[in-house]
Amino acid sequence: MKSKPPYFWPLLALVAVLLIDLILAPSFFAFTIRDGRIYGSLIDILNRAAPIALIAVGMTLVIATGGVDLSVGAVMAIGGAVAACVIARPSDCILNGLQLPPTAFYAVAAGLVAAALCGIFNGFLVSRVRVQPIVATLLLMVAGRGVAQLLTNGQIVTFTDKTLSSLGSGGTLGLPNPLWIAAFVALAVGILCRRTALGLFVEATGENEEAARIAGLRTRAIIGFAYVLCAVCAGLAGILAAADIRAADANNAGLYAELDAILAVAIGGTAMTGGRFSLAGTLIGAVLMQTVTTTILTRGVSAELTFVLKALIVIGVCLLQSPVLRSRLRNPA
Amino acid sequence: MRGFDWRRHSALTTLVVGVLIYVGCAMNFRGFASLSVAMNLISENAYLGVIGIGLTFVILTGGIDLSVGALAGASGIALARLVQDAHWNPLLAVVAILVGGLALGMVQGMLVARYRLAPFLVTLSGLFFCRGLALYISKEARGIDHPVFKSWTDFAVRLPEGARLPIGAWVFVISLMIAAFVLARTPFGRSVYAVGGSAPSAHLMGVPVQRATISVYAISGFCAALGGILYSIALGSGNPIAGVGMELDAIAAVVIGGTLLTGGYGSVWGTLLGVLILGMIQTAITFQGTLNSWWTKIAIGILLLGFILAQKAIGARASSGP
Repeated sequence: MKSKPPYFWPLLALVAVLLIDLILAPSFFAFTIRDGRIYGSLIDILNRAAPIALIAVGMTLVIATGGVDLSVGAVMAIGGAVAACVIARPSDCILNGLQLPPTAFYAVAAGLVAAALCGIFNGFLVSRVRVQPIVATLLLMVAGRGVAQLLTNGQIVTFTDKTLSSLGSGGTLGLPNPLWIAAFVALAVGILCRRTALGLFVEATGENEEAARIAGLRTRAIIGFAYVLCAVCAGLAGILAAADIRAADANNAGLYAELDAILAVAIGGTAMTGGRFSLAGTLIGAVLMQTVTTTILTRGVSAELTFVLKALIVIGVCLLQSPVLRSRLRNPA
Repeated sequence: MRGFDWRRHSALTTLVVGVLIYVGCAMNFRGFASLSVAMNLISENAYLGVIGIGLTFVILTGGIDLSVGALAGASGIALARLVQDAHWNPLLAVVAILVGGLALGMVQGMLVARYRLAPFLVTLSGLFFCRGLALYISKEARGIDHPVFKSWTDFAVRLPEGARLPIGAWVFVISLMIAAFVLARTPFGRSVYAVGGSAPSAHLMGVPVQRATISVYAISGFCAALGGILYSIALGSGNPIAGVGMELDAIAAVVIGGTLLTGGYGSVWGTLLGVLILGMIQTAITFQGTLNSWWTKIAIGILLLGFILAQKAIGARASSGP
């Protein structure tokens, strides 16, 4: 029997949820075209899932190396804050000293560079200093939001630049821009991992770092790369989130993003202990989470229950993948 | 120095740092070195201390519990609703919530111990679960003004110079004594350290690894619920979004207290020092007056980095020794 792909269970769950939607409210699948843009619940789900999917793609590689990155929410806040500060130049912001031109290009570039610096910090602590990943990234999770608040002086920095805000709320060829960006990044990372040996190296490092190193892999560089990529993805998601609301809110941007991203990866069938990873599974996981959320909201069930449901889904999917439970089900004592 | 294992005494470093910070603050700020500021440090951070004690047990086994902050928030709002709106007897409500916290911790422990799920994944889900539950119980903060709680908060042991130790501080101190005794003097305490040192070896030596693991998560859940109750009684209201980021403060306190995150080494006394150091940073920033609140986060982050690097250096020296 051919073994099932790692994303079999989440895909099945996604189809099940969509079937429930089809039975309960056929209008869920309706599309309308207005001003050259396609609107509908499905597009809305994909659009809202885009930032989390973006972060989850980076998180997949980090988890595949046997680590985890808890700082992505704070890095999101930093990315958004830097971009907004560069373009809006609020008074007495320490970034004004850089004298960057206030254009969308420099705003995005500065946000991504700041995020990459965060990733280098995380990667350095994990791969060189050998700090446990949970702890190393916890540092930025605590301090990062403080840094973002320092940049924005605790204010919500608003901006009016059309180019930057169109990244978050505009559309191209009928589909929303965040969706294009997330799809492009996912595809690029997918090609980078699966059409070159990089994906294999990452899996080897996560499976057994010592063995991979002795086999000649530069495991430290691979681990560092994963953290930098993850942080850049988070920074990009933060810029998209800020662009969407034309403001950087250092307090609330990316709150719980680390949880959503880790849950998406876990649902997608990537082993939490490192090794085998599945980018397709992660994307399905992110979409599944958002579908559940949207379904709950459109059904009029209280929104708070989405938290509870997410928790139960994750534990359920992880239990299904747990070898202990499987062997117990197969040979009941 | 031979025969001196720094990992066993990493709380000493914390003690030195703590004394330095205290002396530094006392020299810079008038009125810092008073009994009432010192007592306030304990009573204002009692809830964090109680949560940190529970977390110390989990971290000693090499695990992590990210659900404590959300569980504390859920406990606070549950208490407010049960007592104010459902008119439960306050004592009964407190007991019910403590049992609930214990049960939730136990379920998380079972998922970790029996089904080998990653602790941070299980407790992350626990965080979501508790946060959702709290918001489901009530979306808004609910005041607590039951006369019984009033009599509890009014109770305080008066000390000279106008200092006072309220009930929360006593709960913290008593929990600390019990935890220290359990860890140092009971078979369960020894199995906690053994599991943290190496779970497979502990298992081969006959330590009940599963039972110990489930127990530490149950203790952590219990302590988080207790901390949430203390927090909401002290504040006079339950808030469903109370405790956002509290798990980070608690983990920071445990780490600064010298408990190794890999498990096996550490003590609740270190956690006490860690909580006091965090409290002093907060108080110093308040005394200073011109620094904004986000400097607290940055200062805690830098301090945490320093301690983690120091732990690494100590660990490397200890393991490369003879």
